[in-house]
Amino acid sequence: MPADIFAKRRNDRLLFFGALAALTAGSIFITNYDPVAGFTSIGKAFVWGASNFYPNARALTKLPDIALKLRDTILMSVAATTVAAIFALMLAMVGSRTTRINAVFGAIARAIASVLRNIPLVAWAMILMLAFSQSQLTGFLALFFGSLGFLTRAFIETIDEVSIHAVEALQATGASHTSIILQAVLPSSLPQMISWLLFMIDTNIRDATLVGLLTGTGVGFSFDVYYKSFHFHEASLVVLMIVITIICIEMMSNYIRRIIL
Amino acid sequence: MTNALDTMSGTDRPVGSMVASVSRLPARPLTKEKVVIRLLLSVLAVTTVYALAHLDDGGVNLLQAASDTLANLKIIFLHPGGPHLSFLKALYEVVITLGLAFLATLFGAFIALFLGLLGAQNLAPKPVTNVIKAFVAFVRAVPTILWVLIFAVTAGLGATAAVIGMTFHSVSYLTKAYSESFEDLDRSVIEALKASGANWWQIVFQAVIPSSSTYLLSWTFLRFEMNFANAVVMGAAAGASGVGFDLYMASGYYFDLREVGLITYLILAFAIILETIAIRMKNRIKDDQA
Repeated sequence: MPADIFAKRRNDRLLFFGALAALTAGSIFITNYDPVAGFTSIGKAFVWGASNFYPNARALTKLPDIALKLRDTILMSVAATTVAAIFALMLAMVGSRTTRINAVFGAIARAIASVLRNIPLVAWAMILMLAFSQSQLTGFLALFFGSLGFLTRAFIETIDEVSIHAVEALQATGASHTSIILQAVLPSSLPQMISWLLFMIDTNIRDATLVGLLTGTGVGFSFDVYYKSFHFHEASLVVLMIVITIICIEMMSNYIRRIIL
Repeated sequence: MTNALDTMSGTDRPVGSMVASVSRLPARPLTKEKVVIRLLLSVLAVTTVYALAHLDDGGVNLLQAASDTLANLKIIFLHPGGPHLSFLKALYEVVITLGLAFLATLFGAFIALFLGLLGAQNLAPKPVTNVIKAFVAFVRAVPTILWVLIFAVTAGLGATAAVIGMTFHSVSYLTKAYSESFEDLDRSVIEALKASGANWWQIVFQAVIPSSSTYLLSWTFLRFEMNFANAVVMGAAAGASGVGFDLYMASGYYFDLREVGLITYLILAFAIILETIAIRMKNRIKDDQA
């Protein structure tokens, strides 16, 4: 009966939006989120931003300082990503169904990657800070562990998706495990892996701001200092420079992706 | 067989003695793609070596710090628990974090639905989609924590600023995902509706949204998973409530490693559950597209 279909559809929709409304009300209640303040603060923030949050002449004198910190942050993020990529490649070789030595090692590699990835960056930063104190090294290590987990999963997926046919072809010829990896797996999955690597650099520069805030280094710390001392013009310059950096890196990544993929 | 082998190999060196008797195969040309890959990898390598050489280690003894961290991790993972925080209280704090993530995702999804429609090339004129794309790229380029701190100036540090800041980032992510899902819709469907005299809203609500609802839900859940991690951060760095704040207090002020352990385990458990569901959702998107 067609009438029933429409009734069922309406009921489903009612149930869905009802559940959504209940969850929203519950979330607002337990988090102390203030819907009115939340709504009005957006408008207020833009009015405030237009009158206070732009770089002025005094802020521009701080430009060299900020640029130096930004350079530190970029270098740290790139280094963390590259080093993580090298280790992730090894873990992925062990964890991938296509290249693994045996199922037990494969499962272990995946479990390590999953734990590393799902411990949030803040937790890494806080845990490492206890022993490594507030330094760039702490930030580097925090980004490294997070990236290692993420890249391992991405690389495993890439290897399994991209190289399966090439591997089967080589297995048929009786090629050894090493030559299969060197001649089939790596060449066929390299472009995709580089794409992930670029994505990770982009993400890490943004996350490095946060890590810098916690570990007192880099451009995140610059922002924090200006922000907490109400030097909003300087803080806005920091934000602007981060935005320009991220957009430049994104454009470069897209250009490279267009060529290699 | 030799041909197959040679196609697989990355080098142009003859494979085995079998090939040596045949005339030498022509060297493979150095494509633009290879040049770019090699250039990129060498730039990254040089940058990394330079960065590592100049990394400020704060003057700590590295071996000592590494062994301390291992000892800390042992306490964290083998003896979780804590005097300040009972298991149930910690669980409640995780639920608060989930609540923050839920609100940001919901608001983000709602706004992104409209921006996504305006950003889809088959539904909106080119100038409009360009404006939307530029806006989204700008919002995305500012780190979430900075959005939150900027909104905290007017809304005060806490849950409200955290949710609004995270909403901004969710909007930029979801707008991109949604408009791409809308663009996948078959042109003929829209044309058929247009020919029958349907207006823009009717096309959107009768064809576009119903037929892409599976994608929309999957993308939204993926964002929810990310927002959970973001919400933990907001607790630690922006004074929002939830498990992130407890983590910040336990490790930054009480130095209570066992409590850090309890919190880490809980976050890990929830993150892995969310990730498992998210992977299933992602596979659904992939299967449908294949």
